[in-house]
Amino acid sequence: MKLMTLLLGAGATLALAPAAMAERGADGHVNVIYSQAPSILNPYLSSGTKDIEAASLIIEPLIRYDETGQILPWLVEEVPTLENGGVSEDLTTITYKIKPGLKWSDGTDFTAEDAVFTAEYCMHPEGGCAQLAKFEGVASVTAPDPLTVVVTFEAPKPFPYGPFSGGQSPIIQKAQFADCLGARAPECTDANFMPIGTGGFKVDEFRPNDVITLSANPEYRDPAKPAFATMTFKGGGDAAAAARAVLETGEFDYAWNTQLAPEVLEEMMKGGKGTLVNAFGTLVERIEINMTDPSPDLPEGERSTAMHPHPILSDIRVRTALSKAIDRQLLSDIGYGEAGRPTCNLVPAPAMFASTDNTGCIPQDMEGAKALLDEAGWTDTDGDGVRDKDGMKFSMVYQTSTNAVRQDFQAIIKQWWEELGVEVELKNVDGSVFFGGDPGSPDTFQKFYADVEMYANNFDGTDPESYLAMYTCDKAPKPETQWQGENINRFCDPAYDALVAELGQTGELEKRGEIARKLNDMLTKESMVIIPLVDRGRLSAHANTLGGVVLNTWDSELWNAADWYRIK
Amino acid sequence: MTDTNLVTAAAPAEAPSNQWRDVWRQFRSHRGAMLGLIVFAAILGSVILGPFIWSMDATFVDMRARNQGPSGAHPLGTDQLGRDMLARLMAGGKVSIAVGMTAMGLSIFLGTVIGISAGFFRRLDGVLMRLTDLFLALPLLPLLLVMVMLFREPLSKRFGPETGIFLLIVVAIGVTSWMQTARIVRGEVLALKEREFVLAARSIGTSPFKMIVRHILPNVLSPIMVSATLGIASAIITESALSFLGLGFPPDFPTWGRLLFDAVDQIQLYPMRVILPGIAISLTVLSVNYIGDGLRDALDPRIRGR
Repeated sequence: MKLMTLLLGAGATLALAPAAMAERGADGHVNVIYSQAPSILNPYLSSGTKDIEAASLIIEPLIRYDETGQILPWLVEEVPTLENGGVSEDLTTITYKIKPGLKWSDGTDFTAEDAVFTAEYCMHPEGGCAQLAKFEGVASVTAPDPLTVVVTFEAPKPFPYGPFSGGQSPIIQKAQFADCLGARAPECTDANFMPIGTGGFKVDEFRPNDVITLSANPEYRDPAKPAFATMTFKGGGDAAAAARAVLETGEFDYAWNTQLAPEVLEEMMKGGKGTLVNAFGTLVERIEINMTDPSPDLPEGERSTAMHPHPILSDIRVRTALSKAIDRQLLSDIGYGEAGRPTCNLVPAPAMFASTDNTGCIPQDMEGAKALLDEAGWTDTDGDGVRDKDGMKFSMVYQTSTNAVRQDFQAIIKQWWEELGVEVELKNVDGSVFFGGDPGSPDTFQKFYADVEMYANNFDGTDPESYLAMYTCDKAPKPETQWQGENINRFCDPAYDALVAELGQTGELEKRGEIARKLNDMLTKESMVIIPLVDRGRLSAHANTLGGVVLNTWDSELWNAADWYRIK
Repeated sequence: MTDTNLVTAAAPAEAPSNQWRDVWRQFRSHRGAMLGLIVFAAILGSVILGPFIWSMDATFVDMRARNQGPSGAHPLGTDQLGRDMLARLMAGGKVSIAVGMTAMGLSIFLGTVIGISAGFFRRLDGVLMRLTDLFLALPLLPLLLVMVMLFREPLSKRFGPETGIFLLIVVAIGVTSWMQTARIVRGEVLALKEREFVLAARSIGTSPFKMIVRHILPNVLSPIMVSATLGIASAIITESALSFLGLGFPPDFPTWGRLLFDAVDQIQLYPMRVILPGIAISLTVLSVNYIGDGLRDALDPRIRGR
């Protein structure tokens, strides 16, 4: 009896297979593993990447970014710009036209009122919305008709694509969340755990910090998608276990963030079940140079402040020499393998903001570096292998956070610098202290009680304005500001500040790109205050049988999960 | 009667009886202790003399020789940056053993002084034992964090980064690990104090200092020895933990603990890199423990000669 049913079932599947190719749910089941488990499916109540990405399967924004950082119309007909009139001339309003005929997964119509409600939900004064930054400067959101959303800003906004964009700011259903405004937001467990959305999948069961069971959204706008009828989204474990489950054992189809040592991944790849995909965002591992004197001889409060310029590193020739001595390609290969590439840029992406001609630092040039130091007056007069000048030794403290890859980088770079005749003392600080920002600790990266330090940083979204604005004179950490501030190098150039101000008033994207590239060059190749090392990408793994995966660092990695299919 | 006794005592042709010779004879009869002594001497020898024979620089990065297995050029292979493992093990051992021995010495000294004072002088007992309780209750890592934060820079400036950190770590481990020794010693002293020979010594007017040095100390030597050997082990391990947290030696400075932690990520691919420093630590700790065991037996006059 049982065998009979099985055979019948198999026969039926075979007969139906050709017809089912372009049908929703034809490819059965897909398994996704995240090494961190989602605890909520409402990105407005959590800033965790795991939560935002899991939620992006279900709820969607009006516009989102593709894998190159370009803005795509998602639930709207086109991206509003100055040219097509969607953004007003005075840069204070932006008007979205929603695609007609969109439905929520419960069968009701998706209207502009839902977007208005979403803004109200996040901007509610009593609610601690995790994505409030996306709504910064928004005066009001209105819906003149069911398919039009108008966002009005308090002041001209050169980059108005904050609200309703990307995985961090999706539209939630007004009917479902109407009673969950303000302080009551966290109490709506059902809505937060099982939001109704417009995305390719809907939640069947949500177990916080464990597993989400999803099925295809019957109301999805493309009748042929998603190809998978059901999805299991497993959370927890660690990156190594997730990578192994996809690459070596084939239990899962997609694993998020499998950043492991290149050799370890290579070993897993021998399992032959999966492939690694990588994509590059804006995360750059760099060495920051202290433009001020961190000497412990100075009284507390004057150390590492603009009062005392750095006795050695204030000379651009010295900084350039330090950069020239580094072989970035080697560092990238050793530390990050496929998920890294050498860079000379602070802003390596998106394409329109990335300076393309800034590649001069990539080849290592030891002789050039030595010549530069000789020219700057640093020579080894006493023959002890360390360069000196006016009785001062070229000796530096090089600090970073505790992390296996960073310690390897320190050892390698130290050797190169010692070859130059520079004495280097290495120091590593526990990450929670180093990045902790405690003004009482001498070991924070802001306080910078070292000559050079290494870490990585990136920016949210695709617009680098606020990122580049970190390096203006007034943002230097100093005792008066409790050592808070983003201008870690204490770089100060009035021309730079003026250009940042200009960027803040420029609306055209072309022009913005031009200014951003100039700012990037001023910090890197023109002054060498920042020595970029490696452009660090995101590395994920998918099974060889899973098709349609496009890794996207500008938005949720699962942004196109509705397009995934099974390769047969 | 007395005469005959004198004659028999003088009869052996050997030199007059010497306490340390007896100790050594007893020690030699302890097979484990002898083995431990040989192993420890071998480790010490290779760590101290080894670098003169195998003169490769332990911190030299050679990118062309990354992740190599054992070969003529690198008998124990190389690590992920092409640094020679044999040289690193020897350099690491020098630091680890030096830290372990010195920190142990300090902690034993503190523990013995405090334990004996507390046990012997009733007036000091309350104060010193409350101090011991206080130290026991202190969370070790945050305390070390504060010490490193306060003293790291002045010390590295005064003595150079390596010696400065060495002093700091030795003192940090020493002053945070004497409490067990102090308690054990106090307990022993309290019991000894009531014994007849102490009473006898006191009755003939022995001064407290003489009493401690002549009668008490030799009798508490065995528990001190045992806690000393255990102390070396825990000092080596604490140093490893400190290095891992970034509070220890500079990151390019090899110690056994750091070698171990550096290699943990690669344990599946290159298990030797974890096993080698692991074996080195275990062998050192084990051999020191056996030496301590043998010493305790040898130093105890009640066991000696049996």
